[in-house]
Amino acid sequence: MRRMLEKTLGGMALALALVTGAAAAEGPETLTRDWPQQGVFGTYDRHALQRGFQVYSGVCAGCHSLEYMAFRNLESLGYDEDEIVAIAAQYTVMDGPDDAGDMFERTAVPSDHKPAPFANEQQARAANGGALPPDLSLITKARAGGEDYIYSLLVGYEEPPAGVEVPPGMNYNAYFPGHQIAMAQPLYDGMVEYQDGTQPTISQMAADVTQFLAWVAEPKMEERKRTGIKVMLFLLILAIIFYAYKRRIWADVH
Amino acid sequence: MSTETAKPVFKNGIARWIDDRLPLLSWAQAEFVDYPAPKNLNYWWNFGSLAGIVLVLQILTGLFLTMHYTPHTDMAFASVEHIMRDVNFGWLLRYAHANGASMFFIVVYIHMFRGLYYGSYKAPRELLWMLGVVILLLMMATAFMGYVLPWGQMSFWGAKVITNLFSAVPIFGETIVTWLWGGFTVDNPTLNRFFALHYLLPFVIFAVVFLHILALHQFGSNNPVGIDITKKDKIPFHPYYTIKDAFGLCVFFMVYGAFVFFAPNVLGHADNYIPANPLVTPAHIVPEWYFLPFYAILRAITFDIFWIIPAKLGGVIAMFGAIAVLFVLPWLDTSRVRSARFRPIYKWLFWVFLADCVVLGYVGANPPEGWLPTIGLLATIYYFAHFLIIMPLLGKLERPLPLPDSINKPVLPASGAATAQPAE
Repeated sequence: MRRMLEKTLGGMALALALVTGAAAAEGPETLTRDWPQQGVFGTYDRHALQRGFQVYSGVCAGCHSLEYMAFRNLESLGYDEDEIVAIAAQYTVMDGPDDAGDMFERTAVPSDHKPAPFANEQQARAANGGALPPDLSLITKARAGGEDYIYSLLVGYEEPPAGVEVPPGMNYNAYFPGHQIAMAQPLYDGMVEYQDGTQPTISQMAADVTQFLAWVAEPKMEERKRTGIKVMLFLLILAIIFYAYKRRIWADVH
Repeated sequence: MSTETAKPVFKNGIARWIDDRLPLLSWAQAEFVDYPAPKNLNYWWNFGSLAGIVLVLQILTGLFLTMHYTPHTDMAFASVEHIMRDVNFGWLLRYAHANGASMFFIVVYIHMFRGLYYGSYKAPRELLWMLGVVILLLMMATAFMGYVLPWGQMSFWGAKVITNLFSAVPIFGETIVTWLWGGFTVDNPTLNRFFALHYLLPFVIFAVVFLHILALHQFGSNNPVGIDITKKDKIPFHPYYTIKDAFGLCVFFMVYGAFVFFAPNVLGHADNYIPANPLVTPAHIVPEWYFLPFYAILRAITFDIFWIIPAKLGGVIAMFGAIAVLFVLPWLDTSRVRSARFRPIYKWLFWVFLADCVVLGYVGANPPEGWLPTIGLLATIYYFAHFLIIMPLLGKLERPLPLPDSINKPVLPASGAATAQPAE
């Protein structure tokens, strides 16, 4: 029976390697980092998430929307209710129609989603030289390589190698597929001032905002893993009990 | 250990009253409690009941997902994110359902390869096997349409590629595709009908599973030795196989859970987290892993066959042929020995065939560059050769080992692997 189990698991591992191997074959090799949210017991680093939110709000939010994040979700980052109300109050959202049939602007409340920087795709393209800055709500799940890729992209701006022509309006990035990216280098040392005194280097900001975006993409990850550990322990014990019981029932057949 | 399937008498008065008028309880008792099963079934026989349980789980998780999902091109993607973020345990429902599809295919593929190894498709179980192939086809249709529902990039482009296959049909091709789409491209009508069919087909599968079990119970399960066995070598399904299946189910749930809780997106494709965009084609359109061998067969035909069948139609015919050939397998295999244990050559060719399927999967997963198209074509040729040439000839050429008279009495007492091992 053990042999069979090994065979089965071996076969599944092979199938998995095939699929993930195929997915990893796209684009240049990325930098790899140890992310605190990795692994079975991995959780988000709340300080990094708050710093990452600061980087997002100060740098990325000018062009990139975050459609699926509501201000109330920021509770998971460790902000209390008053802080969330204050954060939401920095934004205005369109509401209505009112009793007179007119649309009106009002201060955002925690139940609102973060307003997008552009009204529509055309406006976004017009403001960005024809390129469309993608929504970042799911970005770490929507790119092969996940967090490692996003981090690599953010720190991957460099001078193009000799002989490589970069057309006007484009930038050279070591990790972007094809190396030509419309987004200009977004991060520079000291661009934001961290409230907790952390040095705002490019790689620090890139790592922080990547972790923040990973949280936006997968806000239920910690709940999922906690549930998973309990389920696995329960199943393990149940499997042992069933196996012992099976041996006893089958004793007279063997 | 004889098992009598005489009509049971229920102690409970209400049960007895109902059963006299509607013999549902005695039917269930006969089919799922007293059902006489061979006593030497190994753990590969767990996968049948596992498949049934996964089907029920898929229907249940799907039902609750339906309550929160919106089948509209403008809202489908957002409604899936709503499930992931705002619905209580929505993340669990969705990840269990998406990974459940993969688990369903793993379980069913193992179940099928078990049937191939032990010759479970041979007389008198041909219809049992054929019903199984029908279930596989229905599963493929259901899984394909389910993958379209989140309306991500792979959903849209996968739907486009697969529905476009029908344009290979001579003369009526384009008309059929327009009819399938409900328009002139994959759009809202396509999404709506896929949703309706994705909800319907699992119940059709359920009905065919019922027929599959009906056919199974006609002659009873095959067994690892592959010989017909007498009543004294059978044991009642309950408690022997209920407890064995329960243990197997726990182990299976741990594998399933490892994906759902700790690697929920590893079997999916990153592009499907990008909302569908008809104007942007993904770099590589790749189907889900369980379709990869068939996808490789589809792409293997890159040339016109006999100058009359264009390459595209040839690929489509080959792909559907890869499943159609399974229907006639009971008649292609001319060997009268069921279990590979007693077939010294087939035993090895079984593993070669399995390896061939894995190679096809690898070719299907990767862009057709370098040697891969050639390897894909050779693997495709071998796939069909296995069924159409090897199986008919092998039955005539191979000299099977002597079969034991009963599962208790192996004919070759001390000769290693060829020995029929009683009970595991």
